[in-house]
Amino acid sequence: MQRKPLFWLQLAFTLSVCVFLVVPVVLSALAGLTVNYQTGLSSGLTFRWVIEVWSGYRDTIFRSIGISLACLAVTLVLGIPAAYALAKKQNGFTRALEELLVMPVAVPGLATALALIVMYGGAGGFRTSWLFILVGHVLFTLPFMVRSVLAVLLAIDLKTLEEGAASLGAGFIQRFTHIVLPNCRAGIVAGSLMVVTLSMGEFNMTWLLHTPFTKTLPVGLADAYASLRLEIGSAYTLVFFVMIVPLLIAMQAVAQKPKQTFKTDEE
Amino acid sequence: MQPVSIRLSRCGKTFPDGTRALEPLDLDIGAGETMVFLGPSGCGKTTTLRIIAGLEAPDEGGSVTFDGVDVTPLPIEKRNVGMVFQSYALFPNMSVAENIGYGLRIRKRPATAIRQRVGELLEMMRISPLADRRIDQLSGGQRQRVALARALAAEPRALLLDEPLTALDAKLRDVLRLEIDGLLRRLGITAIYVTHDQAEAMALGDRILVMDHGKVAQIGSPRDIYQRPASRYVAEFIGTMNRLSGQPESGGFRTAGGLLPWAAAPHAAREAWFRPEDTALADAASAPLSGSIDAAFFLGDRTRLFVSIGNDKPLVVETAERREFRIGETVGLQVDASRILAL
Repeated sequence: MQRKPLFWLQLAFTLSVCVFLVVPVVLSALAGLTVNYQTGLSSGLTFRWVIEVWSGYRDTIFRSIGISLACLAVTLVLGIPAAYALAKKQNGFTRALEELLVMPVAVPGLATALALIVMYGGAGGFRTSWLFILVGHVLFTLPFMVRSVLAVLLAIDLKTLEEGAASLGAGFIQRFTHIVLPNCRAGIVAGSLMVVTLSMGEFNMTWLLHTPFTKTLPVGLADAYASLRLEIGSAYTLVFFVMIVPLLIAMQAVAQKPKQTFKTDEE
Repeated sequence: MQPVSIRLSRCGKTFPDGTRALEPLDLDIGAGETMVFLGPSGCGKTTTLRIIAGLEAPDEGGSVTFDGVDVTPLPIEKRNVGMVFQSYALFPNMSVAENIGYGLRIRKRPATAIRQRVGELLEMMRISPLADRRIDQLSGGQRQRVALARALAAEPRALLLDEPLTALDAKLRDVLRLEIDGLLRRLGITAIYVTHDQAEAMALGDRILVMDHGKVAQIGSPRDIYQRPASRYVAEFIGTMNRLSGQPESGGFRTAGGLLPWAAAPHAAREAWFRPEDTALADAASAPLSGSIDAAFFLGDRTRLFVSIGNDKPLVVETAERREFRIGETVGLQVDASRILAL
């Protein structure tokens, strides 16, 4: 098939962008596996740095995953009902509330963190626990959950669907679980992916909120790059990828799970 | 389940912003009766239906009873009514069969019973091949059938239909109107049908409640309402009405087109109202009324003429005469005097 010159131009552009983005990733991964990055690959490949990161920073990785999943749980529990309430009552007040909810995203994370420390820094046990970081993350990620669920809820005729279910005898809990939740699933999934990735990578706020015992992955990564060898920092990134990518793929898979086809013979 | 009788007493509705959607209304709907609420949008017909359904509460003092039992405080899910919505409100996350079976699933019926009942309804609505389809794969008419089947599945005490055919095109509307009519007769269920379409109302209703700005304009059988409209509003809303202005005098009613032989004309009558079918062409020389043809539409089996007399809106007359009519031609008209109304 005859291709137009423009096609080749576009292809070249796309490929060069890909190379521009992918090469640093490959180099970083290689750096984490190279004996001495200054000398280059000729110095040989090793797992030494990866092992060092694993033994030294393993806890930050698990803490980050733990915090991001806890953050997801909290935003699901708070965000879905909030979005539902906002969708049910659309007026000046709820719209203002919706805007207010987004403030923690607009305000620099450092400012939010400082406010949290000024306010609750004195609460010893809380200040030094990972829950302190969780609070910051929830503040920052909640609007992403609420917004994506709300967008879906506003796009469907929620009121009539609920009235339809009610006319068939469904009480509030049944309507919520049978009709509302399944029909805003796309929004919940999109919001969940946002929340987990944002929480996992959050640095700004966490940098102020953390204590030496509650370091998260991005904070540990910054430490490693700042104070240790480049190879260790790179190995850290590599470990991060290896841990996070399967998690995200798993979440996507859950999201794309074919619609449950309950036949009428269920129950 | 036995059909239920429904009684509304002093049911009014004022919305929080102060709008009076419904003046306090008393209404009795007999068991098994098909009652149509008819009126233009904003007349309060849907509000009344929603009060019966339990989707709106009547204002203080109003009550709704089913078979004499007060259901006013019960929400819709406790009233066991089937409802068909204008937008159908089918659940996009469920298949056709799941939609139809939903009410039974909520009632925790055994799986085999649900499957059997769903099968029956699919058959009754002639949509069996669609059982496993998703809702977004259905046409408007198919959705309507699913919505009806779903509303009927749990054998509701009454069926409430809110403009169920409005979203469909004219041809399909006719087909489904016939189907719904047959269905309601066969099931003998108490049904309340809201529409703004007078033809639909006439075809389906045992009785029609004509509403105007939150008030009852008239209630009666389709025949009553058509033949003896209680007000100008009803007369103009239902079918076509001719109106001729004039003055009563001895021997009839004096109009710009001649003396209408309307002996029973009340003294205060300034307008005579009559249906096109009670108006006929007559020999111009001897007819009591004469006017000139404003427009003529050949409909095949008949011709519809618009005849102008004086300054009144042209009268509608239909004739089976096979000849050609010319615009401006003078024709004679006669009216069945026993059918003339003073409104």
